[in-house]
Amino acid sequence: MRWWQAYATCKKCLLKIMANLKALYQEVILEHNKKPRNFGVVTAATHHAAGHNPLCGDHLEITLAMQDEHIHEIAFTGESCAICKSSASMMTVAVKGKPRADAEILIQEFLEMTTGKLDLSVPENAQKLTHIGRLKIFAGVAELPTRVKCAILPWHTLHAAFASVAEISTESEFDPMHAPIGDA
Amino acid sequence: MNSINALPATDLFDASTFDINKVRADFPILKLQVEGNPLVYLDNAASAQMPQQVIDRLVRYQTTQHANIHRAVHYLSELATAEYDDARRKLQRFINAGEEREVIFTSGTTEAINLVMHGYGRKFIGAGDEIIITNLEHHSNIVPWQMLAEEKGAAIRVVPINDAGELQIDAYENLFNERTKFVSLIHVSNALGTINPIKKMIAYAHSRGVPVLVDGAQAVPHMKIDVQDLDCDFYAFSGHKLCGPTGIGILYGRAALLEKMQPFKGGGDMILSVTFDKTTYNTIPYKFEAGTPPIAAAIGLGAAVDYLSAIGMEKIAAHEHALLQYATTQVSQIEDVKIIGTAQQKASVLSFVMKHIHPHDIGTLLNQEGIAVRTGHHCAQPVMQRFGLPATSRASFAFYNTMDEVDALVAGIRNVQKMFA
Repeated sequence: MRWWQAYATCKKCLLKIMANLKALYQEVILEHNKKPRNFGVVTAATHHAAGHNPLCGDHLEITLAMQDEHIHEIAFTGESCAICKSSASMMTVAVKGKPRADAEILIQEFLEMTTGKLDLSVPENAQKLTHIGRLKIFAGVAELPTRVKCAILPWHTLHAAFASVAEISTESEFDPMHAPIGDA
Repeated sequence: MNSINALPATDLFDASTFDINKVRADFPILKLQVEGNPLVYLDNAASAQMPQQVIDRLVRYQTTQHANIHRAVHYLSELATAEYDDARRKLQRFINAGEEREVIFTSGTTEAINLVMHGYGRKFIGAGDEIIITNLEHHSNIVPWQMLAEEKGAAIRVVPINDAGELQIDAYENLFNERTKFVSLIHVSNALGTINPIKKMIAYAHSRGVPVLVDGAQAVPHMKIDVQDLDCDFYAFSGHKLCGPTGIGILYGRAALLEKMQPFKGGGDMILSVTFDKTTYNTIPYKFEAGTPPIAAAIGLGAAVDYLSAIGMEKIAAHEHALLQYATTQVSQIEDVKIIGTAQQKASVLSFVMKHIHPHDIGTLLNQEGIAVRTGHHCAQPVMQRFGLPATSRASFAFYNTMDEVDALVAGIRNVQKMFA
């Protein structure tokens, strides 16, 4: 049993642990940084988008093969910090094989959690996150305003890929920190 | 003294007259704990900390001396005006400006450069003219000139750097032609620490009849600056990098040039008389100080330069140089860490990159140990582009830093590596 699973029955405990960024770095994130899942390009892609954070130089590209509104294949490439890369890696694992609608809900939940729009110290709020699952380990990023953009870049890029926005940037008019997400 | 080789050899440094513990005791913030560790503040190039002497001066001003200046005849207004003017004289002495009226209070280096761009550039630079800057500039010494170039149809020419991060002086001289109208140079690179040979560069520009602005934001905190010895036309710097408050900075300008320039901002205090037909501008420096200035911040900056002068800029430079040498030696021994910026003449800035580890991860993890460094492009993206890097991590040392803190940084870097191993 992994350390985070031991606490999985108690959301409050879990969040407390998640808030400890050092633990965050030491565990799952570093593992995904070192061995990113679905790293590469989907050759028969039906959708793709590029994401870029000019302030730190993070950039990544996501390719998707959609079938019957399901994410049949997904991959990402690019260069970025550990938080961005592990976020992208875990995102691809979470959405692969899922209906697009579920992925959109997950994007929404991830953004609300990491941008602090949802105060997770309130238990009812934590219960609203029905799809987040293991990705809850990124909750601690909300405490680091300068790193939030790193964590959310893959998610905005996935959203952009669905919406066929060719390229997004954290510093353009389509700023993920402020752009509307949902049915756009 | 010669400002170009402003860092004296360490063997000239008499440690017995520089009591680091006494100095550190002056800075209350250095007692902070961050993430359960003693704060190791190595982001001094971004902003320096403030000693109790300056904090006390700000409190004394606000509690016993504050009113608006240059206005009323009452006790407090006269007192505040006298203290404000006295601060200007302190800054004049600090940089050895010839005249008090050559020292203009601005909000900082950025505003000082913008003042020259608007006041001098928009009046004297036109279509087809050229402005020389360098590859080392901070964005604050690039963007204003680009704005001017766009408005006037002028061109920007850039002095290249070598792989060590030093300006290529031959290339600089070759950039001059009959269209060259202005040179704007960074004295010390904030991203790499390179100390540029500006005295020589100013002399060359003057031999071609071209005025020179020096961005001294990173130089003034680390070495004795003598604007008359440098013979520069403008010299800009910020208070908060000098242990003073934010929101205050200095533009030194040669009186003859300042008088020829148009005002930057219009408003109160910069006028002699106003009717709806015509306004007569005030004399310098007031022509460039429209509106109520940051009076407390100016007086605080005066106290800050008093504090630094009492320690002695030579001793400050020597201690920082020793820190830089020690840090350079220690960090360069760590495998897979590369120092960016290896100029012969450097101020106490250590920029580095680590193999396979992004600077933002380094910054976040060092912070877990209480170590504050800057990560990113340091508002100098052309420098990053020159080295093909998106970002670096930067440790910048002040005179209140210790060798133990260098050791903490080195241990911190090794811990980051272990984590990512």
